[in-house]
Order: sequence, then C-alpha cells, then structure tokens
Amino acid sequence: MSEQTKETKVIEDIGIDAGLEQLTEEQIEKTIMSVINAEGGTRLEAYTKTCVHCGLCSEACHYYHSHDKDPQYAPVGKVRNTMWNFLTKKGKISKEELKRAVLIAHTECNLCRRCVQYCPFGVDTAYIIALVRRIVHKLGITPQYIQDTAHSHAATFNQMWLKDDEWVDTLFWQEDEARDEIPSMRIPLEKEGADFMYSVIAPEPKFRTQLIYQAAVIFNECGLDWTMPSTTGWDNSDMCMFTGDFEMMGRLKRDHYECAQRLKVKKVVMGECGHAYRSIYDQGNRWVGWRDMPVPVIHSIQFFWELLKAGKIKVAKTIDKLATFHDPCNTVRGMGLHEMGREVAKAFYPNFVEMQPNREHNYCCAAGGGVINCGPPHKMTRVLGNRVKAEQLKATGAEVLIAPCHNCHGGLEDIIHHYKLDMEIRFLGDIIYECMEKPNAV
Amino acid sequence: MHSIYNFATGPLCWAAFIIFIGGLLLKFISMVRRARSSEPYIFGYFSPYFGLRSVIAWLIPFVPRNGKLNPVFTVVTFAFHICLLVAPLFLMAHVMLLQEGVGMHWGTLSDATADVMTVIVLVGLAYFAYRRCTDPTAKYVTGPKEWVLLALVAAPFLTGFLAYHQIFDYQVMVVLHILSGEAMLIAIPFTWLSHMLLFPMVRMYQGSEFGGVRHVKDW
Ligand code: SF4
Ligand code: SF4
Repeated sequence: MSEQTKETKVIEDIGIDAGLEQLTEEQIEKTIMSVINAEGGTRLEAYTKTCVHCGLCSEACHYYHSHDKDPQYAPVGKVRNTMWNFLTKKGKISKEELKRAVLIAHTECNLCRRCVQYCPFGVDTAYIIALVRRIVHKLGITPQYIQDTAHSHAATFNQMWLKDDEWVDTLFWQEDEARDEIPSMRIPLEKEGADFMYSVIAPEPKFRTQLIYQAAVIFNECGLDWTMPSTTGWDNSDMCMFTGDFEMMGRLKRDHYECAQRLKVKKVVMGECGHAYRSIYDQGNRWVGWRDMPVPVIHSIQFFWELLKAGKIKVAKTIDKLATFHDPCNTVRGMGLHEMGREVAKAFYPNFVEMQPNREHNYCCAAGGGVINCGPPHKMTRVLGNRVKAEQLKATGAEVLIAPCHNCHGGLEDIIHHYKLDMEIRFLGDIIYECMEKPNAV
Repeated sequence: MHSIYNFATGPLCWAAFIIFIGGLLLKFISMVRRARSSEPYIFGYFSPYFGLRSVIAWLIPFVPRNGKLNPVFTVVTFAFHICLLVAPLFLMAHVMLLQEGVGMHWGTLSDATADVMTVIVLVGLAYFAYRRCTDPTAKYVTGPKEWVLLALVAAPFLTGFLAYHQIFDYQVMVVLHILSGEAMLIAIPFTWLSHMLLFPMVRMYQGSEFGGVRHVKDW
C-alpha cells in the first residue's frame, strides 16, 4: 500500500466520507472539469504551464520541513497530487485519490502564500489549492467541522451559531463587568457617525470575551469615539472563503461593509485576526466587486501602533521577560504590518528577541487557512506538520510569544503543548490592557 | 547531405522561427484576452512599478531569500541562462548566417568565448539533471517530459560543440545541430520552456499583488 492510501485510511471525517459515498464517478468528473473550465482561468493556466518542476518552492513550506523533506508536503508535491492529477486525468479520478486531495487541500496547506516568495516564477500554490477546495465544496465533501462553521455563516451571518440577542447580551455583560474596574466604561452600541466601528470574529463573544473587554477598556481609556453594531455584520470572520463557498464569502463581506455604511462610521477597526483581514482587503471585497475596501478597515496591529505613536496609549509599565514575535501570514504577507507589530510589542517588552526567519518570511502557525477549523480529526496533521515552528520558537529562548492573530494562538498553543515548550502566548491587546495607563480606573 | 542541409537552413529554419515567435505571441495574446474576459480585475491591480520591482529583484542573484539559501543553484542557474541566451545570439557563425540570409547583423563573440559559454550551458544542464535525481522534491515532480526537455536543450549545444571541435563527422554534426536547435525552438511555446515568456508575466502580476495590495515584497 502506498503512503498516500495509508494516510487516507487513518483519518476519518464524516463530512468527507459520507459525502464521497453519495458521489458517482460522472459527478466527480463533471464537477472537477466545470470548475476548472469556468473558474480556473488564466491564472491556473499560467501557474501550471510556468512551473518547471524544479522543487525550489519546497523551502517555503513548514509541512515539508517538518516531515524531513518528504516531497509530498512540498508545495509543488501537493499540486502534483491534486490539481495536476485532475488535469492530466481530465477529472476521471478515483474516490481514494479524491479523499487524498481533500486532505491535502484542507489540512496540509494553510494557503499561507509563503511559497509565492520562494518560487522564482511566483507560482501561487495557494491559489491552486484554494481552487481544489472550491471543487471539494461543489462536490459536497468538505471536512465536517469547517463545513459546520460555513453553515453557521449562511444561517446566522456569524461563524459560531450566535443568536442576535446573545451577541448584544455579551456586549452588555462585558460592559457591566468592566464597570467594576472603570465606572465610566461604555461599549457604545449603534452610535451613528462614530469615528470607527469595532468588529470582531465570532469566537470572541463565544469563547474569548475577555478580548472584547480589553479592547473596550483600551478605546475608553484613549478617549475614542467608537461603536459596535447590534445587527449582523459585527462578525468579520469568514470560513466560507476557506471552504471555497465564494458566494457566501461575498454575502458576508457585503453585510460587514454595509453595516459600517449604515452606521456612517469613518472606518472599521478589526480585532487581532488574520484571516478576517484577508477576507476584507483581498478576497471578499473582490468577489463583491469592490476593487479596494469601500470603508477603510484597519487591523488592530496598525491601530494600536497609531495610538501608541499619537501618545494616546501611554506605557505605564514594561515587562522584563524575554519576548519574541510571531508574524501572522495574513498581516505580513497580507499587509506588511511587521514593523508596526514589533514596535508595539517592544514598547512593552523591551527585552526582545527575533525568531528566525521573521517578518514576511516567518513560518506559518499551521492553523491558518481554515486548517484548525477542520477540527479534532485533523489536529495532529497540523501539529506534526509544524515541528519546524516548535524548533524555531525553542531557539529563541523566549518566555513570552506575542502573536496578534486568533488562529495563530490556537495553532501555537497546540504546538507549545505538544512539543513541551514553556511559553506564554499573548495578544497585543491583552498586553496593552495590562500595561497601559488607565486614568479612569478605580 | 546537402539537400538536408539546404532544407534545414531554408524552409525548416523559417518554420521554426515562425512557430517559436508566433507561438509565444499567440500565447501572450490569448492569455491576455482570456484574462480580460474571465478575470478582468487582474488588470485593475496591475502595477508596472511593483511588477517590475519584483522582476528585477528576481533577476539579481542572491537578492531573493531562496537564492541565498541555494547558493550553488543560484550561481549555476544565472550562469546557465546568461550563456544560453548570449552564446547562440552572438556566435560569429550564427550572425554571419543571419547576414547572408536576411541582411541583419550585430556584434559577435570570439569563438573561444562562445566555446566556454557552451560548456557552461552543458555543465548547467548536467547539474540540473543531477539535481533532478538527488533533490527529493525535484525528483518527485520529474517525469519523462522533464528529461526530454533537458535533452532538447542540451542537443543543439552539444552538437554545436562537437561540430566546432570537429569531433565525429563535421557535416553530420552541423545538420544535427541545426535540426536540434530548430526542435528546441519549436518546443518552447508548447512546453514549460515557455517560462521565458511566462516568467515576466506571472512575476509582474504577483509583484503587483504583493507590492500594491499587500504592501510587502515577494522575494
Ligand atoms: S502551507 Fe503555505 S507554503 Fe505550504 S503549500 Fe500551502 S501556501 Fe505554500
Ligand atoms: S512552483 Fe515554482 S518553485 Fe515550485 S516547482 Fe514549480 S516552478 Fe519550481
């Protein structure tokens, strides 16, 4: 039995397996070819025809390094076992090959785009793999957990099945809690014409309410004019982008932007999330037909940096522990925010060490691109697929790991735990909240 | 032998150049047209500044991080590509043929220089072949097509070298040299050898996206 089929047997995922059972070979062939012909476009042609099969892109991929240079995990190796296979066999592929393709596309590639920076031609493997996911979506064989979040997006316009009243309730609750600390504290709901709308991802109200609390305290103590919406559009996250449900991705982004337009805010500030940012400035907006962002959206990294530079955030104390900074793919390879991120981090952790490589060449956390959202059946794929991250972290000798992205946090936590590294992971907001001057606090 | 020679340097030569240049041109036009109809926004993001910035960065050895990480490959590939383009274009015999045929001419290399360059091309190809057998990823994605293309590029240089040094039968070598050179030209538009056209196209697009939209360098 080949290595490929061995792995296919091991991982069970009801979303893939039950979906595959219902498919006929004709359906598979027809769907593959129709997506390739209708949506593959010039870029697919250019990328597949340009590739000289040199393997230089392997250097880019954390999965490849973590699997002792197993070429199945090299970017071009993944394309070989997915899209090339589809193209050369004209869509006539077995269910076993298809399952392997689903696992590769959804759990062995984070769409981190690092390989674009390592291929001399700029072949965008992430684009090709995303197209494979689109085919997988159309075939109805997306991994169950992430498909569930996509369903939630479709039904509720948020990722976590939160009901409308739960959202507003959560904000009231956080406001209430924060008043013990800062009696004048407000989370202004539905304030038309405010300077900015703050949007978050649904896991914040669901599991990480303290992040909303902390952001609210920071904005309050800086004396900012801000608001949060009480309607849908508050959740900026987008798993549909990662499952290839582009129609839904477009609806989500339209809702988010229209929410900001309804509130007549000057801009949107979003929490410390990487993928949501990508959906907003790069993919979702394009699907709807906006070249750029119809309302400017600023990532927290940049916003905190601006507040710090403007002297609105004042450093009350610094922390002595040795800290390092993990650059999230979507904020560095996505928006070049690396210098701003470390400037904010260093303001509070002057004792700072860089991991190698860093900035736009940093290794991905292996949780991004929707991989962590594929849930428990695939957890070990990403943890074992990122041993190189553990080595990179360990080599810094740092006690504190600063990562301004939710997905990265999830992935890095698992890595730190599995490889027994002794590191505390922090968000920028969490650090600022702890260390800034809070004039209104009692 | 003479009639083959005349055919190879006459009609076949014209055909090869027409297919080579016309094929690349058609490829370019069809890709741009297809992009205009199916992905018009590619042009919306296209930026000559960021596009060229990326192309230039990748044309300077050891500027891209991956170039620094693979120093041997970088040296070999730059030497190989420069010699591959320069040697045939400026070889005295080629320029003279061109002058006789269509009346155009330009500067030439000394034969000794061209000879060294030919050897560099062949050594480069040997290195690529070695790498395809030893680098795990290159090996994994190398099939018969890759070997045929390597051989196709090697053939005109090898036969040219042998003919110049009068090893084996001179006339046979010259004819083989011409035929294999034409075969290589014809193959370019239809195989990944077309990366000579696609490299600037893809890199310009990627450079535009990375520089213009994502504010980050792609090397
Ligand atoms: S995980 Fe990143 S580097 Fe690896 S293939 Fe996917 S996009 Fe490329
Ligand atoms: S994607 Fe680029 S680096 Fe990777 S094998 Fe193809 S040409 Fe080489």
